[in-house]
Amino acid sequence: MRVQVVINGEKREADAEPRLLLVHLIRDVFRLTGTHIGCDTTHCGACTVLLDGRAVKSCTMFAAQANGRAITTVEGLERDGALHPLQQAFMEEHGLQCGFCTPGMLMTGVAFLEKHRRPSEEDIRWAISGNLCRCTGYVNIVKAFQQAAATLAGGGA
Amino acid sequence: MIPSRFEYHAPESIEAAVALLTELGDDAKILSGGQSLIPMMKLRLAAPAHIVDINRVPGLAALREADGALHIGALVREADLEESDVVRTRYPVLHDAARHIGDPLVRNLATICGNLAHGDPANDHPAVMLALDAVVVAAGPGGRREIRIRDFFTGLYATALAPNEILVELKIPTPPARSGGAYLKLERKVGDFATVAVAAQVTLGHDGTCQRAGIGLTNVGPTPIKAVKAEGYLQAKALNDAVMKEAARAAAEEARPTADNRGSVEYKRDLVRVLTARALRKAADRAAERR
Repeated sequence: MRVQVVINGEKREADAEPRLLLVHLIRDVFRLTGTHIGCDTTHCGACTVLLDGRAVKSCTMFAAQANGRAITTVEGLERDGALHPLQQAFMEEHGLQCGFCTPGMLMTGVAFLEKHRRPSEEDIRWAISGNLCRCTGYVNIVKAFQQAAATLAGGGA
Repeated sequence: MIPSRFEYHAPESIEAAVALLTELGDDAKILSGGQSLIPMMKLRLAAPAHIVDINRVPGLAALREADGALHIGALVREADLEESDVVRTRYPVLHDAARHIGDPLVRNLATICGNLAHGDPANDHPAVMLALDAVVVAAGPGGRREIRIRDFFTGLYATALAPNEILVELKIPTPPARSGGAYLKLERKVGDFATVAVAAQVTLGHDGTCQRAGIGLTNVGPTPIKAVKAEGYLQAKALNDAVMKEAARAAAEEARPTADNRGSVEYKRDLVRVLTARALRKAADRAAERR
């Protein structure tokens, strides 16, 4: 079937078998390989993307379901050469080591910070409970979220 | 992991969806949130020849109180329940459960109606609905019918829904004043099925005695269990520690757990006892706060 989406603001379409997963449409067809496949079993969150603004696991959705909808991947976060405040904060607070979980963490975080302007540490830890990181122990990821929240609230970095 | 091949259908009305299901019979599965179905298809535990995606059917995403009940449409997501003030303040047992389904990303897609229609006794909402005496609304070729939740779960992954019926709405009777509920779940890690979980809902009279008690048990039998003996025991009694302890003992006897990598039969049965007592205490405390 024909699948049409707006991905990172750009209209794209492709022929997709119904069983094609959204993550494979994004990575293999559109060649946007920033979105990762980790566990492939709905646990790790490395494949998280935004679907009409909501963070979802793209390994647990068919491409056909995204027909006519808007997708944002990690490639869509940068604006005019400037990193998103959360990306900047991950860099400054060392919120990553190997980087495999980072795209998913960022997408979960971007959606979360849209809704929660002054999150507590517990709010943040709750929000990332569907994203696994095996390097950092999460401490610097939480710090990065806090820094980004402060930047987005206008308090500066 | 790649699922088996299937044909994809995206009807835009309930009537069209029911017609498709009637035509396709047992070869079709309904896709709403997909957070149980798609993992099963990827593991090839399920290989339906047809998928009927109901996400493009309008009018199924409503979450509202009306006519003495909370109405939850088939496309209401777990995250909608988690974020709803009405659910948090007036149906705390449901709020407790919704917050512990899968993880936040899964909850952005997963639906409570799908959680029930899946018929998995390890799912969380069946026990909550049994505690609340909910009613399921099913749409089929002959129109709509209502099914009491206690008649809904007929076996392992089996429900009272016919293959060409769709669970379109859930109705939860609005609890009166001095009501409260709680859902307590022991899970090994975020997103896991419950080792054991217990839903409790109570309504207190002016004199503090129990006017109504509902208790549902998760993942301790081939179907979700309504602990009717424990519920009956609590009727008209003052909810003190001794009474709650006795009800918890009765609930443990009603459980029918099997041993697996989450624990032995004895361990799970004892957890039912412990969690029932704690859930009743929390439910009673919340009921006392809601005068």
